[in-house]
Amino acid sequence: MNTQSNTYTFLYAAIMVVIVAAVLSFTSLSLKDRQNANKEIEKKQNILRAVNVASTPEDAVELYDKFIVEAIIVNSEGEVKSNDKSETFKVDLKRENKKELTERRLPVFVFKNEGIGEKLIIPVRGKGMWGPIWGFISMESDRKTIYGAIFDHKSETPGLGAEIANADFLAPFKGKQIFNQAGMFTSLKLVKGTASNNPHAFDAVSGGTVTSKGLEAMLQDNLSSYEKFFKSSKK
Amino acid sequence: MSDKEPLFSAKNRKLLTNPLGIDNPITIQVLGICSALAVTAKLEPAIVLSISVMAVLALANVIVSLIRNTIPSRIRIIVQLVIVAALVILVDQILKAFAYDVSKQLSVFVGLIITNCIIMGRLEAFALGNRPWPAFLDGIGNAAGYGIILVIVAFFRELLGSGTLYGFPVIPQAFYDMGYENNGLMILPPMALITVGIIIWVQRSRDKSLIES
Repeated sequence: MNTQSNTYTFLYAAIMVVIVAAVLSFTSLSLKDRQNANKEIEKKQNILRAVNVASTPEDAVELYDKFIVEAIIVNSEGEVKSNDKSETFKVDLKRENKKELTERRLPVFVFKNEGIGEKLIIPVRGKGMWGPIWGFISMESDRKTIYGAIFDHKSETPGLGAEIANADFLAPFKGKQIFNQAGMFTSLKLVKGTASNNPHAFDAVSGGTVTSKGLEAMLQDNLSSYEKFFKSSKK
Repeated sequence: MSDKEPLFSAKNRKLLTNPLGIDNPITIQVLGICSALAVTAKLEPAIVLSISVMAVLALANVIVSLIRNTIPSRIRIIVQLVIVAALVILVDQILKAFAYDVSKQLSVFVGLIITNCIIMGRLEAFALGNRPWPAFLDGIGNAAGYGIILVIVAFFRELLGSGTLYGFPVIPQAFYDMGYENNGLMILPPMALITVGIIIWVQRSRDKSLIES
């Protein structure tokens, strides 16, 4: 057969594209459930890590069901809109952050266990240097003090911006205050190297300035929408 | 079928070993520099990427070699590109489903395999003109030669840049107390290029036959 003719070339290209498309869509469809399950497990692990509860992909679902006793959606006025656990879990922050403040559905996960006590876990999401960054902040039951934090990122530079996911970067967040002495919401400010004695600030990652600034903006944007909820009297 | 040669004949063994030394894709052919700069700030992504490149390159070489006589020569680059792209997507999807942790560490790097010049280079230069088995060996060999340089570069960059190896701190605290500091420059891409340059320098000064007249 003449493999140089136009007809052959066109046919070859067409058949190849169809075969490749079929193989790829088949793989994508047959693996989708597993991939989504992995993503959900990862989110549950991250929520638990925000209160320093380590889990493996195998026991994450069980631990999540056990310790996250309640999950609610509040609005920017601090009113509870829903207390459906699975609905709260499914809230997509990427979409919520694009809405007007008063329209946003704000998820709060309530963690309770005998040793650690009750903590509130708040999801955050913002922009890093190359792509999105996100994380979970856990608050003491006084709703002012940070108990723990975890951050993750899509594509920050390894060794620089990506250090925001490092345990050494995350540990100092414990005990930070997001309200000042006068009770004003201040979020946490970015400083260079001097945050260890300042409860209202966190240290920048050296070499990761853009990521650090993105993190500061993320905390400010996301936590501020919860201001009234934090201030509202305890349930 | 008559000229049956042993699976690991001297010629086939050369396909595996040459790319590690005198025919190394990075230091001799100067291919695949782009990803060598991008992923070598830490050892872990460098190793995982090398393994992924090996899987993609070996498979792509075999597939192209199997259909080499049917490919219309005018669209052969497109055919090769589609095969490589499809394989990379498959690897990415499979990692996401079965090795989620690894796929997260690799994130964008998996997609970058498509742009790796070594893959297109080997398909064009070797797989199009050889049988599947030698093509497979050639893929493994070249990916290994690529991986070895990546690991060497990443070793020095992580050690000097972050003071860690594979994420574990290796430089004792006492050094930092005495005033030693991690060299932040090592983490930036230019130092990867300089490190590759030093490797090329060392290799050529040891093997004079590599020096062009």
